[in-house]
Amino acid sequence: MTNPFDDLERSDCLLVVGSNATVAHPMVGMRLLRRKRAGGFLIVADPRRTTLAEQADIHLRLRPGTDVPLFNGLMRIIHDNGWHNREFIETRTENFPALLDAIAPWTPEATEAATGVPRDLLFRAAEAYAVSAASSIVYCLGVTQHRCGVNNVRVLADLAMLCGQIGRPGTGVNPLRGQNNVQGSCDMGGLPDYYPGYQKADDPAVREAFARAWGCPQPSTPGLTSLEMMEALHKGTLKAMIILGENPVVSDPDANHVRQALSKAEFLLCIDIFPTPTTELAHLTLPGASFAESEGTFTNSERRVQRVRQALPPLAGRSNSRVIQELSTRMGYPMPPDSPAAVFDEICALTPLLRGMSHERLDRESLCWPCPDKNHPGAPMLHADRFTRGKGLFAGLAHVPPAELPDAEYPLLLNTGMGHSQYLTGTMTRRCPMLEREMPHLEVDMHPDDARALGLRNGARARLSSRRGAVAARVHITDAVPAGTVFAPLHFAEAPVNLLTSAERDPVSKTPEFKICAVRVEKV
Amino acid sequence: MDIRHTPTVCPYCGCGCGLTLETAEGRVLRAIPTADAPVNRGRLCVKGWNVHDFVQHPDRLTRPLLREDRETRPLDWESALDLAARELHRIRDAYGPDSIGILTSARCTNEENYLLQKFARCAVGTHNIDHCARL
Ligand code: SF4
Repeated sequence: MTNPFDDLERSDCLLVVGSNATVAHPMVGMRLLRRKRAGGFLIVADPRRTTLAEQADIHLRLRPGTDVPLFNGLMRIIHDNGWHNREFIETRTENFPALLDAIAPWTPEATEAATGVPRDLLFRAAEAYAVSAASSIVYCLGVTQHRCGVNNVRVLADLAMLCGQIGRPGTGVNPLRGQNNVQGSCDMGGLPDYYPGYQKADDPAVREAFARAWGCPQPSTPGLTSLEMMEALHKGTLKAMIILGENPVVSDPDANHVRQALSKAEFLLCIDIFPTPTTELAHLTLPGASFAESEGTFTNSERRVQRVRQALPPLAGRSNSRVIQELSTRMGYPMPPDSPAAVFDEICALTPLLRGMSHERLDRESLCWPCPDKNHPGAPMLHADRFTRGKGLFAGLAHVPPAELPDAEYPLLLNTGMGHSQYLTGTMTRRCPMLEREMPHLEVDMHPDDARALGLRNGARARLSSRRGAVAARVHITDAVPAGTVFAPLHFAEAPVNLLTSAERDPVSKTPEFKICAVRVEKV
Repeated sequence: MDIRHTPTVCPYCGCGCGLTLETAEGRVLRAIPTADAPVNRGRLCVKGWNVHDFVQHPDRLTRPLLREDRETRPLDWESALDLAARELHRIRDAYGPDSIGILTSARCTNEENYLLQKFARCAVGTHNIDHCARL
C-alpha cells in the first residue's frame, strides 16, 4: 500500500475496487465501514453486491472484466468537466497526452454500453472521487487476477494521478495483499527476477554484489515463474521441485494440468504442516513448523514488518530455517545454523529498504519500510514528494477483453474468491471446527433468474463444469451476483474450483485470470 | 499450571493482526488480540480467534515421509535430509541447475523466504524461485 490502514479513516472519499474487504481483509473492511458511518463517501466497484457494496453511497456494478473501460470513462468525465488537478499533472507526472488519447473513445455512452453502469452513477462517482479533498483507492485480487491485471492496476494509478489523489494523508492507491506474508516473500527476493529488496537479477552489478556477499558465483540465466515451472515440468526441462508451504494442486488455475505436471517430476520435495493434495504427489515430504513454532518476521499489506515469536517448540523437532540450512550444507553450500535474528541482520545489511531494522528494534516497535537507517522512523506513506521513478508516468490504456467469455456451450461466467470463515485452500481453516461449521461445503452463488431457467432450487445439488474440469456443488440463490454470473469460493479440496479456472494470465505479472472463465451448471 | 503469553502475528490475511498465544504444557489454550497492536487494537476476525485449532490438529505432519511406489514410510530427519540432498545433487549433475525449481511460501517468515531464495541461488545455482501463482 502507498498509505497505512489508519489513513483510510482520513479519506473523504473511498473508492474500493474488486475487494470484498469485510471478508478477505476484515480489519480494512472495518475501517472502511467506520469511515463511512462517520460521514465518508464510499464508492464500490464490483460486479457482486458485497457487504461493502450494500453500504456504499454508489455501487458501480460493472460487467466482469471491464475495469479499464470503467476507469477510462470516469477519467474522461473528470477531464471534460475540468475536475482534474492541473498543477499535480504538470509538476509530478509525464506522458499526459497518452492518457488523453486513451480516454478519448470512452464517452459516457460508450462506457455505459461496455460496463453496464448507468451514466448518472458514472458522473456522480467521477465527481466525488475527483473533487473530494482526499480520496483513496483500495483494491484487491478482483483487479489483479485478470489477464489484463497489470493494466487494471495502472488505470487506477492513472486515475489517482489525474486527480492528484496521491502522496497526501487519506489518498493513495492501496493494494490489499491476499496472504499474510506475500509482501515479505516478494521483499525477500522470492521471485525469479529479483534479489532481496527488488534488486534486479538481470543487472550484472547486482549479481556481482550478491556473489561477493554470499561468497558464491551467481547464475545469469533468467528464472522461471511458478506457472512457467509447471509448463517446464510438462515439457520435461524441469526435473525436480521443492515446494515450501504451498498447495498448487488446489490453489493454481487449471488444477488437472498442475497435477499432471507435478506427477512428471523425477523428484518432488514438499515441506508442509499438513498432508495436502500436493504433498500426496511428493516423493519426500518434510514436516513444517507452523507460525506458532517459528521465530522471525511477517510483513503486512502496509509494508509493516512485525515480529513473529515462537510460542511452542517445532512439533516435528526442526524449524523451517534449520531444515533449509541443513539441506544447503549437504548440497555443498554451507549455511551455518544462524538464529532468525542473525538471518534478519544479514537481510537488512543486503537490503537498503530494510537497513535500519533489527529484531531487537522490532521487539519495541513495528516499522514500515523503507527504513534506511537505525534512527529512521519507517515510512507508512510512499510517494509523498516524488514517485520511485521521479515523475509519475501516465499509462493510457486500451481495453483487453477477458480470454474466455460465456458462449452457447458454457453460458455462465464464473468468478472465484474467498468465503468469510475459510481461507485459501482450506488446509488450515477447515481444521478449525468453528470455521468449518460455518462453511462445510462448496456453495455456488447464482442469480434467481439463472436458477429459475435451470430449474434449480436453493440448496440443490449441481454440477459445475468448464472446458477443463467439473466439480459438485450446492446452489445458493442470491441476487448478490449479477444474472449470468456465478461465484464460487476456492477452499474445498474435494470440490476444487480451480479445476475449472483458466491458466490464461497477464503477460507482465503472470497472474492467472482466476476471476473469469466460462462455465455451465447442471442439475444432478 | 504455568501459563505463558507470546505476542505474535496472525498467519492468515495481509492485515497482519497482532495476536497473543496463550500456552501451557506445550499446548495453545487460546488466541487473543494483542491489546496495543497497531493493526487490530484489541480486535480479531473469526479466523484469528480460532487460529490455535489448526496448530495442534491431529493431522499435523510430525515425521518425514518417503513415498515409494504406493507405500509411504516414515524416515528420521538425518536420512530424509541426506536423501533430499542426494536426489537434488544427482538431478543437478545430470541436467544442470536450471532443471530444479523452487516455490517459496507467502505463508512463511521473511527469514525463511530469504534463506530459501539464497538456497536456490547458491546451493542449487538457479533463479527458478517463485511463490505460488500470485494469489
Ligand atoms: S485476525 Fe483476521 S483480519 Fe486479522 S490478520 Fe488474521 S485473518 Fe486477517
